[in-house]
Amino acid sequence: MSSTELPVSRLKPPGSSVNALDWLRRNLFNGWLNSLITVLLGALVIWLLYQVLGWAFTTAVWTPIPTNLQILMTGRYPSEQVWRVQICLALLLLLFGLSAGVWGGILRSIASGLAAGALLLAIMPFTLQTRLVLAGLVLLVGAGFIVGSRSRHHMRRLTIALWFASPAIMVVLLRGFVGVPGLPYVDTGLWGGLLLTILLAVVGIIASFPLGVLLALGRRSKLPVVKGFCVGYIELIRGVPLITVLFMAMIMLPLFLPANVRVDNLIRVLVAITLFSAAYLAENVRGGLQSIPNGQVEAARALGLNVFQTTLLIVLPQALRAVIPALVGQFISLFKDTSLVAIVGLAELLGIADIVIEQPAWLTVPHGVHREVLLFVGLVYWIFCFSFAQISRHLETRLGVGTR
Amino acid sequence: MKLKQTPLVAGMLVLTLMLSACAGNAAPTTTETSAAGETAAAPSTEVIAGGLGGASTAASGAATGASPASSPAGGAAQTSAAATTSAAATTAASASPAGAGGAAQTSPAAAASGSAAAIAPADAGEFLRTIRDRGTLICGVNPGLAGFSSVEASGGYVGFDVDFCRAVAAAVFGDPSKVEFRPLEAAARFPALQTREIDVLIRNTTWTLTRDTANGGDFGPVNFYDGQGMMVRQEENISRLEDMGGAQICVQSGTTTELNLADVFRALNVEFTPVVFDTNDATLAAYAEGRCDGYTTDRSGLAAQRLGLPNPDEHVILDVTMSKEPLAPMVLQGDPQWRDIVSWVVYGLITAEEQEITQANVDTFQNSEDPTIRRMLGIEGELGAGLGLDNDFMVDVLKAVGNYGEIYNRHLGPETPLDIPRGQNALYTDGGLLYAPPFR
Repeated sequence: MSSTELPVSRLKPPGSSVNALDWLRRNLFNGWLNSLITVLLGALVIWLLYQVLGWAFTTAVWTPIPTNLQILMTGRYPSEQVWRVQICLALLLLLFGLSAGVWGGILRSIASGLAAGALLLAIMPFTLQTRLVLAGLVLLVGAGFIVGSRSRHHMRRLTIALWFASPAIMVVLLRGFVGVPGLPYVDTGLWGGLLLTILLAVVGIIASFPLGVLLALGRRSKLPVVKGFCVGYIELIRGVPLITVLFMAMIMLPLFLPANVRVDNLIRVLVAITLFSAAYLAENVRGGLQSIPNGQVEAARALGLNVFQTTLLIVLPQALRAVIPALVGQFISLFKDTSLVAIVGLAELLGIADIVIEQPAWLTVPHGVHREVLLFVGLVYWIFCFSFAQISRHLETRLGVGTR
Repeated sequence: MKLKQTPLVAGMLVLTLMLSACAGNAAPTTTETSAAGETAAAPSTEVIAGGLGGASTAASGAATGASPASSPAGGAAQTSAAATTSAAATTAASASPAGAGGAAQTSPAAAASGSAAAIAPADAGEFLRTIRDRGTLICGVNPGLAGFSSVEASGGYVGFDVDFCRAVAAAVFGDPSKVEFRPLEAAARFPALQTREIDVLIRNTTWTLTRDTANGGDFGPVNFYDGQGMMVRQEENISRLEDMGGAQICVQSGTTTELNLADVFRALNVEFTPVVFDTNDATLAAYAEGRCDGYTTDRSGLAAQRLGLPNPDEHVILDVTMSKEPLAPMVLQGDPQWRDIVSWVVYGLITAEEQEITQANVDTFQNSEDPTIRRMLGIEGELGAGLGLDNDFMVDVLKAVGNYGEIYNRHLGPETPLDIPRGQNALYTDGGLLYAPPFR
């Protein structure tokens, strides 16, 4: 009644308040051809679901996964030392909790996502010990959040310092020392599974970022040597597949070094991944740099900013904001590319999956267990990549990418 | 702008070319200097072969050559000559990696290694010294091959090949745990050996002439005689390959198996249709679904794969061996002592089975009167010392892993899911091919 009194310009369009049956009739069964297609495709979907679920709940043998959970997660890391990996995980979750409390915003979404994930895993049918550890992790995130939000001011510096110290703490903790009884040395050759996948991806992403930005800036430099080097490097690396770079690092490098000089395998792979990823990142960032109109630089100059200030304060923030979708896409593909290191002898998640499939215990299982194990590994990859994408979407919304 | 740079770039190119041309001549001469000047200090660098191996010797030779030349004279000509040499040698060092074979072509080991240059050991005993200094043996194994090398849920390696690694570690250190396993894909195994990433490769590797020569390897005794086998359906009443005229045969593509299949059937003059798949899993699955009449792969895998089929009893493995696949441990060519150690550990395991010495009863043989046993266990004689090991090295080996038969039964025998009959892998006294030379 009141709506009729409103001027026409302020009227909202009529709502699409159709019930489910109407919706079905309009979209799926309008005409005999569409009805036929709907029925056929519907039957196909139901049949496929029936087959897949039937397989998953009756024929499939899932025992290899809980049995080998430890090696899938940490590779050949010694069983009695796995607490060190758990402490690293706890430290990471505590830091996310603290940061969520101090800064809120997107960090809060990440922290609550992590806590929810841990909680979800804690109700899964793992051993009691694993579930207790997971529950403890959830509590840690919560505790970090409460402490962080209560004394935002005091915790800010501590949290930043902890973030910067955490990589060193984790590496020392994971690697240990020769001859120290409580913290014996664990060779990097024994690190594997999801631990190694995450380590390779995180280090690759973090280390390649500054390198990629520098290369992108260098490519736009007016100094011919700098520009030439950057162009040459980027085009050389982009011209070869990652597997070639890994083979170079693992197999050719020892040929160039004296026989008694040995660089740790993990470090070689990390360097190779970083160098490879930096070249691609540089081109993404260059795309962002080119999208910044020249007027921005000129305005910055007019305000009296020097070259470094112009780049750091005016150009880069805008350029990087513009290429967030491309950067996230690249990080996702880097995360999945880490599976290539299995070929050069490091057993990351997919490498361990292959090992699990080949265990003699599953020889008598009809058709083997590769479907089950690979599905599980695929699910783990998907969870990580999907989370990446979600975080980036939050970030884009907050920074107004594409709307400003 | 660009036009101005062109001469500069061209000049740099020419300079680089000239330097690399010099490097070819400079490397051998400076190596001589190094041999003369450094023999006392580092005799082991004399016979270094391979891409950088040779070049780095050249560079260090130039460095040592430069110091005596410049110190007494002070003459500008001499100093500059020395400087040129060292510059050329540095170029050699940086240039040779590009063409890995370049600097190494003259050395025998690298010439044999063909495609990839090998960092050859300098002299007999160098491997053993390096391994003992390091404190662990690095053994290249298969990342996952049921029965031969696989990782347990607890993270430890188990398998037939793995036990041979442990046996060599026990011989070198008296401790089977001092071994580090390096999982290697097929493509990475020979480069890993050539670059000395690993000390020994025990990874179901078939001994062939090319691998013995072009890949720069040396093989120990065969530890497993494999061969290609054929599985068919019971209902088809096939007992020989000749019965398979017109059959469709599932085989994995790009393998020696595929090539052998064609060879064997051509020799028998039997028509067949190969149905090829990329992976072993897909090949077996296709056979299980009835897309082929026969399925062929190495016999070591066939028995277990038959058990993995929905109805194992409906399938039979033909009593034919279509190819020779002698699997043997492989070491890098150039250190005869190291090869001897690996060989005699394998021979020792075989001899122990022959003499019925087991993991459990090895101590009871300390009072044995049999001279063969006394020599092998180091109770008398100096056999171990001849290999650079303790005389009782075989006692450590047997306590660690047991004899050949025990290793076989633990991983491949009737108690295991694989259940591969001993066949050719029985002792020669039982009609097999295992025959170890005498310990004396």
